[in-house]
Amino acid sequence: MFTLKCQNILYLNNFLAMNTVINCVKTSKNLLILPRIGFNSKLFSFSSSNHYDIIIAGGGMVGTTLACTLGQNINLSNSRILLLEGADEKPILLPDKYSNRVVSLNPGTAKLLSDIGAWKHVAESRYAPVKKLQVWDGISDTMITFNNEKEDEIVSYIVENDVLLRAVNKTVKDVKNVNVVYNSKIKCYDLPEYETNNVTVTLDNGNKYTCDLLLGCDGANSQVRRAMQVHYLTWNYNQMGVVATLKLEEGTENCIAWQRFIPKGPIALLPLTKSLSSLVWSTTPEQAKSLLQMADEQFVEQLNDSLYKNFTHNSVIDQVTQGVSNFLKFFNCPSDLMRQLPPKICGVEEKSRAAFPLGFGHATNYIGKGVALVGDAAHRVHPLAGQGVNLGFGDIISLNTILGKSAYSGSHLADICYLKEYETERQKHNVPTMLAVDGLHRLYATDFTPLVLLRSVGLQLTHAIGPLKVNMHIPKSAQV
Amino acid sequence: MYFKTKRIQGSVIYRKTREFLRFQNNKQIMKGNMAKILRKFSTTTVDPGEIKRFSQFNEQWWDKFGPMRPLHSMNKLRVPMIREGLANTGSLTSDNRQNLKPLAGLSLLDVGCGGGILSEPLARLGGCITGLDANESIIDHAQKHSMKQGLNISYSAGCIEDFAKNNKEKFDAIVASEIIEHVTQKEEFLKACLECLKPNGSIFITTINKTTPANFVAIFLAEDVVQLVPKGTHEFEKFIEPHKLQRILEDCKDNLYTDG
Repeated sequence: MFTLKCQNILYLNNFLAMNTVINCVKTSKNLLILPRIGFNSKLFSFSSSNHYDIIIAGGGMVGTTLACTLGQNINLSNSRILLLEGADEKPILLPDKYSNRVVSLNPGTAKLLSDIGAWKHVAESRYAPVKKLQVWDGISDTMITFNNEKEDEIVSYIVENDVLLRAVNKTVKDVKNVNVVYNSKIKCYDLPEYETNNVTVTLDNGNKYTCDLLLGCDGANSQVRRAMQVHYLTWNYNQMGVVATLKLEEGTENCIAWQRFIPKGPIALLPLTKSLSSLVWSTTPEQAKSLLQMADEQFVEQLNDSLYKNFTHNSVIDQVTQGVSNFLKFFNCPSDLMRQLPPKICGVEEKSRAAFPLGFGHATNYIGKGVALVGDAAHRVHPLAGQGVNLGFGDIISLNTILGKSAYSGSHLADICYLKEYETERQKHNVPTMLAVDGLHRLYATDFTPLVLLRSVGLQLTHAIGPLKVNMHIPKSAQV
Repeated sequence: MYFKTKRIQGSVIYRKTREFLRFQNNKQIMKGNMAKILRKFSTTTVDPGEIKRFSQFNEQWWDKFGPMRPLHSMNKLRVPMIREGLANTGSLTSDNRQNLKPLAGLSLLDVGCGGGILSEPLARLGGCITGLDANESIIDHAQKHSMKQGLNISYSAGCIEDFAKNNKEKFDAIVASEIIEHVTQKEEFLKACLECLKPNGSIFITTINKTTPANFVAIFLAEDVVQLVPKGTHEFEKFIEPHKLQRILEDCKDNLYTDG
């Protein structure tokens, strides 16, 4: 320790060696100047190639899109981003055969994708626009349709998971500050005790990476979420989603998404091409098992049956819905008698049938010290409204804005004040949506007459009264 | 600028009670006069009671949900305000959102920096920051914290009058954020601050307005009801109204542009 009486010692202390411990005390006045003491671990880790500003765990649709979005964010352009994907890189060429896993992207998501430059790759490949949605009740035959005011406007886009994944993978290659490591199996995540300390990610092959902010996009079974030890609220619907690629009988325009609620669960037909549609059939695990095992012809027969068959009609329900229908006709409201029938299914693509379990999941916290959850890692919903992946893309938009804001005001990337803003904003949107979807599932999972009556009349009235439908429709498609 | 702070989303409490003043001085500093003034006021602007009060928070400065929480959340307003304020005066060479280090090349003095809650983000934006606080133990803490962050900030402990003697016209901008309400002799404090300022420099002051709603929200609600901050953090008598602050600044400088 030594004493300096120099006036400008302030300027000196930048030059003092980092490793020496020196205290300069200006004794004449109570001006105490402490130079930079000790060596700076952070500066060292910056220079190492294994340190990144942001690590994104999981290179699925949401993770890769997040990498593209953050990588292209002007405010984050000096951040280094690492994307860790457990699987091998997918071949660029897409098989001719349509995949059985598809997502329904709302216009908000499509806008995000076109903003980051991924939509053009989707458009080059293949997707199907949906101009109208028809939902009807298997028990009462009441129905509702959703379409935009202008006939030609798109309600949603049906895109195969593979097509979307390839598109964002292609995009991420052009983003300079994003590094992708495929085939990276994660051994463990070490989250810091203090928010501005580094997160350490250890891979199975022994490689270690550190980062300021870890973003968990690793799906419903998120390993990041387990490392965060957040409370995760979850239940199973005791339902399986059976998916398949279906061949349609007559060549229609095929731009309507159909969904019929039958007592065992909803059946949805989503257009792929003029002659192909994708099926998502939610049903009991037992029926799902038999649906997967039966022969193709038998499967098609069962499916057509479920789409067209009249389920146990109850005379009370019939009379009431008829009454409401007449009442609505009297007021010149759009009646539900204009119900269109879905195209007849004539076959199923070979080996396209598969099933996956359906459940609900909600992480009570999306964020932690140095970490945030995005997409299915944070929330999981029933596919009946096609909302799951769109909620994840909404998370991306919000997180991107908030991290940009945080960098604009010079904050640390993992600044908990900003991460909290992300959590609040997304939970405010996601939780009501998830509860609404869960509520719809419960409402339609029953054949208890008063409830059927209630939902049928509710559906008729909503269909008839435009403004109600607009309000319902907007959160369904326009918002993210 | 007040409207600007208003527009940015922030907690209602602060939006209502904080007044923001920016002072731009286009002029020559009265060097001789200043020395006289300082000699005249040998008393320090630092209140020993405040030093003692804030020393107890040493470990909690960086606890974002602790007693300093309001200061942390105010960064969402303060940093863009300073960044955009400097851009408006033309001090920044290029300020658009693409500029990641907009404050590069500018020297800023953060008076009453405490644990460095505001100094650190300003340093991340490229500014050459000097943090000054009268409390030595806090400065020690701030220094250690910024080093862990890999930030190059010069911290010094002392009062602004002493600091000003050796740092005349050294800084492009002075930031005195949430400090003036802890200062006993505001005029001397501001004079000393202005002394450190280069000609055409800017001073940013944020504080709590001296109004009944401010008293109700910042003292009664924040300290007694919600206990967001410890009791005794603020004293109503020490608050200052924006027009009085403006008046003091105008008295110090004859060529002044304020934007409140």
